[in-house]
Formats: sequence, structure tokens, C-alpha cells
Amino acid sequence: MSDMTLRQWLLTDEPTSRRHARLASFYKGWLTLRSNSMAMVGLAILVALILTAIFAPIIAPHDPFVQDLSSRLLPIGAEEHLLGTDSLGRDILSRLIYGARITLYIVALVALIAPVAGLLVGTVAGYAGGWVDVILMRITDIFLAFPRLVLALAFVAALGAGIENAVLAISLTAWPPYARMARAETLTIRSTDYINAIRLQGAGPLRIITRHIWPLCISSLIVRVTLDMAGIILAAAGLGFLGLGAQPPSPEWGAMISEGRRFILDHWWVATVPGLAIFTVSLAFNLLGDGLRDALDPKDGGQ
Amino acid sequence: MNAFNRLLAGAALGLALAVTSTSAMAETPPNMLVIANRIDDITTLDPAESFEFAGSDVSRNVYQKLVNFDPLDLDAGYQPDVAESWDVSEDGKSITFKIREGLTFHSGNPVTAEDVQFSLRRAIVLNKTPAFILTQLGFTPENVEQTIVADGNTLTITTDKSYATSFVLNCLTATIGGIVEKKTVMEHDKDGDLGNEWLKTNTAGSGAYSLVSWKPNESVTLKSNPDFYLGAPAMERVVVRHVQESASQRLLLERGDIDVARNLNPEDVAGVSSVAGVKILGELKGRLMYVALNQKHPELSKPQVRQAFKYLVDYEGMRDSFLKGQYTIHQNFLPQTYLGASDENPFSFNVEKAKALLDEAGVSGLEIEVGVREAQERIEIAQALQYALGQVGITMNITVGTAKQILARYRARELDVYLGEWGPDYPDPQTNAGTFAYNPDNSDGANATGLLAWRNSWDTGGLTEKTAAAAVENDTVKRADMYNEIQAEFRETSPFVVMFQQIEQSALRENVSNFSTGQAITSASYWQVTK
Amino acid sequence: MALVESSTEGHRSTPLIRWIKSILKTLGTLAITMLGLLFVTFIIGRVMPIDPVLAIVGERASQSTYDAVYQQLGLDKPLLVQFGHYLWNVLHGDFGNSLLNARPVSEDIARVFPATLELATLGVLIGIFLGVPLGVIAAVKRGAWIDQVARVVALVGYSMPIFWLGLMGLLVFYGILGWVGGPGRLDIFYEDLVPIRTGLILVDSAIARDWDVFRNALSHIILPAALLGYYSLAYISRMTRSFMLEQLSAEYVITARVKGLSERQVIWRHAFKNIRVQLITVIALSYANLLEGSVLTEIIFSWPGIGSYITTALLSADMNAVLGGTVVIGLIFICLNIFSDLLYRFFDPRSK
Repeated sequence: MSDMTLRQWLLTDEPTSRRHARLASFYKGWLTLRSNSMAMVGLAILVALILTAIFAPIIAPHDPFVQDLSSRLLPIGAEEHLLGTDSLGRDILSRLIYGARITLYIVALVALIAPVAGLLVGTVAGYAGGWVDVILMRITDIFLAFPRLVLALAFVAALGAGIENAVLAISLTAWPPYARMARAETLTIRSTDYINAIRLQGAGPLRIITRHIWPLCISSLIVRVTLDMAGIILAAAGLGFLGLGAQPPSPEWGAMISEGRRFILDHWWVATVPGLAIFTVSLAFNLLGDGLRDALDPKDGGQ
Repeated sequence: MNAFNRLLAGAALGLALAVTSTSAMAETPPNMLVIANRIDDITTLDPAESFEFAGSDVSRNVYQKLVNFDPLDLDAGYQPDVAESWDVSEDGKSITFKIREGLTFHSGNPVTAEDVQFSLRRAIVLNKTPAFILTQLGFTPENVEQTIVADGNTLTITTDKSYATSFVLNCLTATIGGIVEKKTVMEHDKDGDLGNEWLKTNTAGSGAYSLVSWKPNESVTLKSNPDFYLGAPAMERVVVRHVQESASQRLLLERGDIDVARNLNPEDVAGVSSVAGVKILGELKGRLMYVALNQKHPELSKPQVRQAFKYLVDYEGMRDSFLKGQYTIHQNFLPQTYLGASDENPFSFNVEKAKALLDEAGVSGLEIEVGVREAQERIEIAQALQYALGQVGITMNITVGTAKQILARYRARELDVYLGEWGPDYPDPQTNAGTFAYNPDNSDGANATGLLAWRNSWDTGGLTEKTAAAAVENDTVKRADMYNEIQAEFRETSPFVVMFQQIEQSALRENVSNFSTGQAITSASYWQVTK
Repeated sequence: MALVESSTEGHRSTPLIRWIKSILKTLGTLAITMLGLLFVTFIIGRVMPIDPVLAIVGERASQSTYDAVYQQLGLDKPLLVQFGHYLWNVLHGDFGNSLLNARPVSEDIARVFPATLELATLGVLIGIFLGVPLGVIAAVKRGAWIDQVARVVALVGYSMPIFWLGLMGLLVFYGILGWVGGPGRLDIFYEDLVPIRTGLILVDSAIARDWDVFRNALSHIILPAALLGYYSLAYISRMTRSFMLEQLSAEYVITARVKGLSERQVIWRHAFKNIRVQLITVIALSYANLLEGSVLTEIIFSWPGIGSYITTALLSADMNAVLGGTVVIGLIFICLNIFSDLLYRFFDPRSK
């Protein structure tokens, strides 16, 4: 191995270990992805978003909560306030920067909860089959048949407005498609020789599901999650827009649009700036997700 | 403004001018009044049950009352309507009304004393939400047979105490005083509901208009009554359409698709006032914006803390910014234009003073929760207050909810702080005095959820008795003095921070005259409107 | 169901029996899902901290008024009894009366649903007529500029907050340019001019041959429909592209090309023909999403549809209205799903 560069090692056709194989396929995926310039733009935007969120206190020119009623609704490009000020005279740019934290928080939590829940339900249903499958899939269908925003609204209305509840509500509406997908994959994997062989070796269902089926579902799950992220951000913003998401004075972007929509005719930037921010981040997730699908999903992106 | 901005603004303006000058302006028909308003609060059109703003607007135009207000001279107070005249008995407990001759219902049947007797008894027997306006005068479902009696063309009502006559008559001007036609209503009686089910969505009145249709959350359409005793209304058809967004209302108005926009926010009012063909009508309404501190809270019940809060509201800053034109500073529980109203506003924004008061009370590091319903101006007031409180080391978390959610907790005495509005139920000082400064039993068991003082667990410290006394004082000047005195004490000692009184701004097409939303005492009326 | 199961155990079932069995199974699934949907909605409605009694009587009501309404609503009975009672009524086609405006919920839904149906249908039609060709072309010219444009158009559609786009559209096309009608379904003086037959104003006015009303209705619906159409276009075009790519790389396409068929024939006669079923599934899904997911659009355009109906009802604790609305939407969703499922089974050789 000493005469190989890392690159060659990663691109080998004869992997020497399981870890090697995994890393190699990952690297190949990365190379495909890297050649997709639009996906790279998406990735760059997301990295910038994460950095912004981390370094918000350093980057933000003002405290996002400081009010100044005498200098409210300043236009874009005003002195001291690059993106203007809102109805209470708060700096929109600073609020936007701090808002990145909330957006990431929502995205991260939903991305953790919904796919994991869906994966769990889907693989168990698919692997166990029989009445377990029937029951779990009926439940999935029920949640799938629910009007999504209505379900989220009902949930938030029941538990009270707030960002954690909004996250839970969105997760509640987001898991069923993952469950269906995971079940479909499990059904195809379950009867393969490879799983049968493991079963013969005496592995229990728990071990088979967690160690052998889950890893195989992961890649399509990741693609799906990335593509869903935009929808999740928009849903969170929609809840914020309806006043059921983050509570004031939190600079959540959807809530900022909601606050700013009152001035849409004369002070359009108050709603437009956070609108553009939401748009940019959703677009970034979509670009990346699209690229990931090309890279990971042979159906669409096979060369 | 930088160059880019100027450019954009210029382009938009140019476009707007180019388009408006070329495209034909829409216009509503000359005999039709089209109003944009938020009417999603209408739950019923039965005057015995209706208690919401938009519903009261409908009732005011459909139903006559014994005494009523002249929309062209609201300052004159109640005037004869169905009652041509009235006499008060010696003991001050009975009032006998003489019913006007020649009035007819929309069905063509005459309006009789029996219809009036039926309407008032019905309201008390049904015991729906607004029934308290009448039952507070001593009427009960059991005694209406004796206390509300028609005789020929007169009707006599008898109260349990000798209340101020103006108090009693003012109560009768409320929506619940609307006169319905006994015959038509009883034809639709279902299981003894006195026609309540039917009247929720139909009307049987004698007023200037009758109902054509009510589509919930969509529109209310009225058609004029050509036989109205004050003359056939000029507007033969009135359509009130539900339009939620202020921006949408403004666009509709600017394009001439509607005649009146009733829910423009200050920014849209400012924007629309410079548009040719549009005028702004500002009317002082009775609604008060206030903050209430729950006296169950150990810190908030300290007198100095209550005082401190009154110095932590940036009254002027808010009035001149996001409340501009739509609220005026008012620190008393009786709205301006009411009998006994006071224009003393002693408190101003003063962080230092508040700090000193809090130090005196030994309060520091306090964390409290405020409940607000999801109305934008309230959320902004809450945020302004939150920021000011932050400057004196008090953390106030805002919980925004729907009106019903927040209200349920407020009524259960669960909120630390409540920020909201209060609107008078009938145009008499008792309506507000009886809720802000009246609380005969402060125990949890009393469950007097209708009283604001009770909701905030405030034992009024003697104001309860003074309020009760003022309600039965028949000398108007003396009565006004009594309310002034109550309010002076209330300002200093109460846990209520009354901040603003509402000014309703309606934007109208220039050709609309005489439109009125009823100011602080009543609802909108359409029969006097001309175009 | 048990009967059908046993009949297939021993004997070889005839196609007819298999067909009946499949129908029964589908109906059974439908019934169970609906029941679950109702139950979940019902529970949500009951655990909500919004007090329906308070919603009806308002904040000034006395305790006696409150108690009277509490009993009238049957809230003093156990939860399961309440649910059973509700279920019984629903089975008889009675969704109850709206708690707030006392009208039969079924009447309300009959009024608001056509508004949503009209909007969603027009939206999905726009999505199909623009999205399918765009997707096909993008697949055929994979990697070319048109593919990139299609990709950007679609991704922008996925990423745009609809409430913001709606506000902006209203501002520009109605407020400034005056090209389209404003919020609502009609200008006010066109209202109630044509008799209601279907509740779809475009159809009703066409039946009545009242072209003024038709034009006005069209000017009102075009903007929100275009907005929804854009979203559906984004989804449909991406999926079409993906399906087409799969077909175009299949062997029979290569054979067809080798046999000298024209490119047009290859694409439309062969490849496109094979994605029809998948496409219908996607369109059904997109349609279902528009029917249920246009809440924000409806709010912004003051569109009196079922989305804003349910939302308003939910926020004011009008549980009968929420339940009724949810059941209708859920039913449509499930039916569309089953419909596309059946199509799939019917056309797709693999699933036979």
C-alpha cells in the first residue's frame, strides 16, 4: 500500500477490507458529486450557512434584539443597517444571521427525528411482515392521508406554539414517506441470499435489521432527506408565518416574513429579505439533493 | 436611500402611474356599497346571541331597538327609535315605553309592543352570552313575565333597583336590544329554542336592511328596506366581504373594486392616503389596550412593581411608530367620550424611575410569562414591553396563541401577565367599571370569569362598593364625579396598565359620504351613506 | 374478508373471484384507514387546549351560559361515547353542525370544496401541460442547456416560499399592473349572478353562457392557479425527466433506434408510452397535494376553499368542521392513491 497514493487507494477496484470498500465507494460518489457544479454551489451555500450560524455573534453588526423605534423601517442600504430595519427598528441583517441558527436547529432536529422514525417503522414492518406489517402500514397510511399542514397545525395548536413543538409537528407529518420507502427496500433486501446466509449463521432479527438492513437503506434515505429539507424549511416557515412556530422576539425567518408582510406595499424589503434567505437555503438543499441523487441513485444518474 | 433603491422606487412608481392612467378604473355601482372587513368573527346573527364586532354591524342595520343612536349625530346619545317616548316611574325602577305607530317588519307585519316584549323576554330566557347586559338589571328567566310587560301600545320594564335611567337605556342600545318579529321567529321554533337556530342564519327585523346572504368567512350581503321609517336607504345593496390582509384591502380600494376598507394597518393608511380618490376616516372607538398583572404572583402583587410596570411602557414611542394614527394614549378604564371619562395620563416611559421602584420592592432577576393573541400590533407592543423590561432585569417570555387559547388561560387565572384589548359592551360607564374595578368575591371558587379584576385576582380595595354605588346614582353630574374618583384611585393602585384607546381608521373612496363605524358607542350603519 | 381468504386457500381462484377479492380488500383497507383518520382527528380535537365551549360563548359569558353549552355539546360524556356518537352520525352522512356558525358542516364543505377543486384542477392542468413536455425534453436533451434550465425552473419551484411568492404576485400583477383580478373568486358585483350548479364558477358561468362572469372568474383564478401550477410543474417535470431517462437507456429503445425509427417515434410512441402509468401516479399525487396543501395560497388570495376553512375552524376549535374537512380531504387522498394503485396493477405487467 505504500506505493499507492491515497487517491489510488480510494479508487481501487479490489478493496482489501469492508471499510476500504465503503470508503472507496464513498469517494467515487464524492467525485461524481464534485463534478456537478450546481450541487457544489448548493453545498457551498450550506457550508456558508453553517459558518454563519456558528459565528453569528462575530458576524452580526448589531444585537438582533435591540429596538429603536425612532429608526424603524429603514430601507436597504441605510447607514449602519445594510438590509434595513424592521417594524421595531431592529437590524434585519443581524436578525437574518441569528435566524440561520434557528433554521439549522429545525433542519437538524427534523432530519434526525423523521427519517429515524420512518426507518424504524418501515424496516420493522418490512422485515416482520404479517400482521405487524399490516398494522404499521395502516398507521402510516392514516398519517399519509392527513392533510399535512392541518396535522401540523393541529399538533401545534394542541401542544402550544413554539419551536420544539413545530419541529415535532413537522416530523410527525414527515415520517410516513420514509417508512414506506424503508419498507419497500427491506422487502427486496429481506429475501436476498446474503440476508438468508446471515440468518443461517444465527443472527437475530434485531441484529439483522440494525446491522444489515439499515446500512443498505441509508443512501437512498440521505438523498430523500436532503430533497425534503427544503420542504421542511418551508413548512417551518409556514408555521412561523401563521404565528405557530418560533415565538417573538426570535428571528425565525418565516416569522420575519409574517411580520414584514404588513408592509409589503411600501416597505417590501422587510418581508422580501427573509423570503430570499429561505429561498436560497431551500434551493441549496435542493441543488445538493439533486446532485446526491445523481451520484447515488443509479436509476437516474447512471453513467 | 441609495441609488438602487431610488431606481426601484422610481420604476415601481412609473409603472403604477403608467398603468393606472391607461387601464380603466373599476368602480362599484352607484347604489351599492362594498366594504372589505374581517368578518370571520361572526358566529351567529341572532341579536340575542350575537356578540362580535362584525355581527353587531349586521344587527345594527337589520334590527331596530327601543332607543338607538343617530349615526349622523352620535354625540347626542340615545334617541327614540321603536319607542317614541318613555316615562320613568316615581321609584325609578320602571320605565314605560310608548311604541311608535306605523313601523313594519320586513315581512310587512306591523311592529307591536308584543313583539318588543317577546324580543326582550326571549333574550333573557335564552341566556346566551350577551344576556348579562340585561340580567344585571335584575331580569331573570323566572321573573320576565312580571318585569317585561306589554300593554296595548306600551311596554313597561321593571328593574330590581333604581338604576340610573341612562344606564338602563344605554343597555337597551346594545345588540341584544334588537327587536325581532314574534310571528316569523316562532314559526321556526325548534324544540323550544325560540327560533334561535333559525335566527342564527336568518333575520326577521324591521331595520333599514334585510339579510340576503351570510357566507361564513366570505361575505354578508344586505338589501335595503324601501319602507324604512326614516326613508329608503340610498345604498340599495351592501356587501361586506371578508378580506384578511391589509395589503389586499388596500389594493382593492386603490383599484376601485371596493368603497370602504376597514382594516388597513398604519403603513397602508399612510400609503393609501396619498392616492387620489381615497380619503381616511378616523373614529375614536371604545377599545382599550391594556396589560394586566396577575396578583397571585408574589412579586407582581407588590405595589411598587405594579407602579414600575406603568413606567415601563414606551407610550409615545409606540403611538408615534407602529401604532401611528390608530391608537391614542389613554390610561383610564373609561374610554374617551364616555360619561365620567378622564383624560389624566400621568405615566410616561421612565426606566430610571421603574428601576428605583423595583429596587425599593427588592425585586431582581424576575422571570414571567405574558400571553398575547396572534394580532400583529399586540405582538409588537409585547416585544416593546419585553425589551423595556429587559432593561430593568425582568425577563418576560412571550407566548403567542389563538384568541381562544390565551383567553382560556387568562380566565383560569393562569397567566402571569396578559396583554390585550377590552371593548365596552354597551355605551355606559358601568360596562367597564363593572369589570375593571368590581370584584365582590376574589376567591377561586367565585369563578367570576367575566370580571377582569377577578381574572387577575385583584381585590379592588374598596372600589367594588364605589362602583356599585355609581351605577344607581341618578344625578348625572354626580355620577360622572364618582367615576372620576374611582379612576383616580384605580390608576395608582390597580394591577392594570391601561395604555391606549383605539382609533379606527377606515379608508373610503372619495365619493362615499356619511359612512360611520359607530365610534365608541355603537356599530357601523349604512342607511345614511350616500355616494 | 375471512370468507374470501378461505376461498383462495384450497381452490384455484378464477379471475372474477380474484377481482372481487381485490376490490373487497381495497375497500376494507379504505374503511380501516378512514376509521383511523377519524379517530386520530377526533382525539386531536379533544386534547386541544382550546375550549370549544369558550369558542362558542365568548369571553363575557356567565358560568350558567357556559354550563348549558357544555352539556348541549355532550362534552360531559366519556370520550369513547362521544366518538361512537359522532361515527354513527357520519355513517349517516351527517357531519354535525359547525360549532361556531351553527350550519351543517356538510353544507359548508359543499360550498368551500368546489373553490379548492377548481383552483387545484386548474393548477394541476397547468402543471401537466407545461411540466410533462419540459420533463421529456429535458431527458432527451440530457445535459444540454434546456435540461439545465428545466432543472433550475423546477428547483426554484421547490424552493420558493409560496406565501411570499403569492404576496409578490398579487402586488405586481394585480396592484401595479392590473392584469389580473384581485383576491377572492369574483369581483363583488359579479357575485350571485349565475345559478350555482357545480360550484365551480368557471363551469357554472359557461353553462349559463355568461361570459362576463366567466372572464372575471378567470382573471381571479389565473394567478393563484398559476402559482400552484408552478409547484406542480416543478414536481411533474422532474419526475417525468427521471422516468424518461430510465426508458431511454432501456434496450428496446436502442433496438428501435437501430431499426431506424425516427427520434420522434422513439420518444413519443415507445418511451413515453411506457411511462404513462408512472406519470399518472405522480400526477395523482401532485393533485392530492394541491387539494390539501393550498392553505397558504388560499389565505393570501382570500380564496374561500377547504384549506382555509379547516385552518380557521382549527384555530377556533370548531371540531365538527375540522373533522368534516379532514375526512373529505383524507378520503380524496386515499381514493386518488387507490386509483393510481389500480391503474398500476392494470397496466404494469410486472405487478400481475
